[in-house]
Amino acid sequence: MMQPGLYHILFVSAALFFIGVFGFFTRRNLITMLMSVELILNSVNLNFVAFNKYLWADKLDGLFFTIFVIAIAAAEAAIAIAIIINLSRNFQSIDVEKTDEMKF
Amino acid sequence: MPNPTYILLILLLPLSSFLLMGLFGRSYIKNASGLISTAMLFVATCLAFYVAYGYFFMYGNMQGVYQKLILFDYTWLEFSKGLSINMGILLDPITAMMLVVVTLISLMVHIYSLGYMKGEERFATYYSFLGLFTFSMLGLVVASNIFQMYIFWELVGVSSFLLIGYYFEKPSAVAACKKAFIVTRFADLGFLIGILILSFYAGTLDFNTLVQRLTSPASMALKTAVASSFLGISGLTWGMVLVFVGGAGKSAMFPLHIWLPDAMEGPTPVSALIHAATMVVAGVFLVARLFPVFAISAPGALHVVAYVGVLSALFAAIIACTQTDIKRVLAFSTMSQLGFMMFALGVSTYGGEGGLGYTASMFHLFTHALFKALLFLGAGAVIHLVHSNDIQHMGGLRKQMPITHVTFLIACLAISGVPPFAGFFSKEEILFAAFQHNPTIYWIALLTSGLTAFYMFRLYFSIFWNKSYHSHSEYHGEGGFAMMMPMVLLAVGAAAAGFIPFGKFVSSDGKTLISEFHWQFSIAPVALGIAGILTAMWLYKKQNSKPDTIASSLNAWYKAAYHTFYMDELYLFITKKILFNVVGRPAAWFDKNVVDGMVNATGNTTQTISEKIKGFQSGKVQDYAIYFLAGAIALAVCGMYIWM
Repeated sequence: MMQPGLYHILFVSAALFFIGVFGFFTRRNLITMLMSVELILNSVNLNFVAFNKYLWADKLDGLFFTIFVIAIAAAEAAIAIAIIINLSRNFQSIDVEKTDEMKF
Repeated sequence: MPNPTYILLILLLPLSSFLLMGLFGRSYIKNASGLISTAMLFVATCLAFYVAYGYFFMYGNMQGVYQKLILFDYTWLEFSKGLSINMGILLDPITAMMLVVVTLISLMVHIYSLGYMKGEERFATYYSFLGLFTFSMLGLVVASNIFQMYIFWELVGVSSFLLIGYYFEKPSAVAACKKAFIVTRFADLGFLIGILILSFYAGTLDFNTLVQRLTSPASMALKTAVASSFLGISGLTWGMVLVFVGGAGKSAMFPLHIWLPDAMEGPTPVSALIHAATMVVAGVFLVARLFPVFAISAPGALHVVAYVGVLSALFAAIIACTQTDIKRVLAFSTMSQLGFMMFALGVSTYGGEGGLGYTASMFHLFTHALFKALLFLGAGAVIHLVHSNDIQHMGGLRKQMPITHVTFLIACLAISGVPPFAGFFSKEEILFAAFQHNPTIYWIALLTSGLTAFYMFRLYFSIFWNKSYHSHSEYHGEGGFAMMMPMVLLAVGAAAAGFIPFGKFVSSDGKTLISEFHWQFSIAPVALGIAGILTAMWLYKKQNSKPDTIASSLNAWYKAAYHTFYMDELYLFITKKILFNVVGRPAAWFDKNVVDGMVNATGNTTQTISEKIKGFQSGKVQDYAIYFLAGAIALAVCGMYIWM
């Protein structure tokens, strides 16, 4: 069985990243957008881990960053869900197209 | 050495009176405000007398010369080394004299107003304005720095404005206060430019240094100032003439006098204080303060002072003969007497016997303050009784108001120059100084002093004799103790002040000036004065048609004088027809089309652009995210170009 190389992993991570970006810009549902953001974050995690393993196997910096990002993502999810709940209470909807009161 | 605290206290007491009455007077201490202010001013007056006594008799005189003492000096605003605006106190003979005059007259007016202004709605405000005025005037006379003087100069202008406009519900008073402020402010522009010119050459704003640098023949400043020339006249002369323009505005010299008669719209005690005794002599004081520079370095400017002074004296005296408003007669007489003081300075030279004019001018300033304040207070008492300013509504009042009658008579005799009243001595000195130096001015002045006697006694006979008095309202006495007491005190002053040997205290160079009394010389002025009085008596003692006959025989001339030689109309013509059309309208066009056009164009452009791009602010989260992404990508691309 062939071992996956750095390029394979980078390809997966780039794909994940752009799937996330695409989702973030095209979905109108805030929860889906939140999920897209998680995808972006995880693609970055994958990058960190891959670079750490293939280029500087004797160091742990990449792994620390990954753990950091996971922790931050957890906090971000909590805040994002709080925002979503407030939004649905005020607008009876979590469609971002409808919440455009802050315009000119 | 003297203690500067006392002089500072003289200034700070009226200031605190102003603040106290202005902040709390109306709501908390309305009825007591007059008494509190008067008490504060009484203390200040006592201190002023103490300071003047100390200066003249104890420490001021060193080896026979009165010193210019700097008692207090604080650098307020420094422009460069040596050129700074200082707040200081300069004590010299004229300052000491003015301290006494200002506080004394102000105290008299404070006391008098207790009776005169009683029951006014804005009683406390009135006293706070009086305090402000007294403070500013005192600051003006102690100023050690020409710019400090300018600051206080404007302050007296403001307080004069406030007091003329005291009855602000009367449109005429509003117009008068605006007129006074604008005319004097216009003249002050000259003063300011003059200050700039003088300080440019002398490199200082300090009075003592300035005078010293611009008078000592060896100084470079003087040489440059005299050598420079603009329109064929030296820079120094221009500077001094411009400074004099400021003084002429405040002292109501022709042709900047038009505000003074209208200023009589203010309460009568205010006219006594500001527009007779103190503020209007500020111009004379200014010329006296810079007198060494005028006399030694800029004799041309001094000639201007002399001729403007004597012209104003004659001009005002002629007008005063035709006016029927009691206060306007007094206003024109004030202008005329100020003219006397001005030309007395103008004919004087620096030091020695030639400095007689300077001493005479200051002497006349002193005596004039006493008798003119008295005349105004007397006029106030008469107006209080008659409720009219017009002398045609008066007459036969000598029985109703005996004290006013006697004091008014004393003041009239004093201003007419009848011996032995105060005005006689000072006016004789002025005439003698003029006689020695400039015969033309002497003859005009002699004629004017005869006219003075005539119009003052015209006023006197019209008020107190002429027809018998029929009151329309109930007779309520001639005024209480508060009104009579200052008048009696001032009458004593007006009768006796002439015996002060003034030359001993005040002279152009600080040395004692022995002014001899020339009785042969006095014959002509006194005779002319008495002739004026007799003419007035013949015309106005009994009601008759002679004055009207004379007036109609002089038809055009009488009308011209009655309308103050159409000076107001001339000013209106110049401002409304010429200035408004030639300068005002193009300026308005420029402002509307060019200045406003530029501002509007900026606004319109901004609005058009923002109207077009406001769609960016859509309120949608994802739009913003796209902008963000686009920005990040753009930055990344730029970064790549730069680093690769």
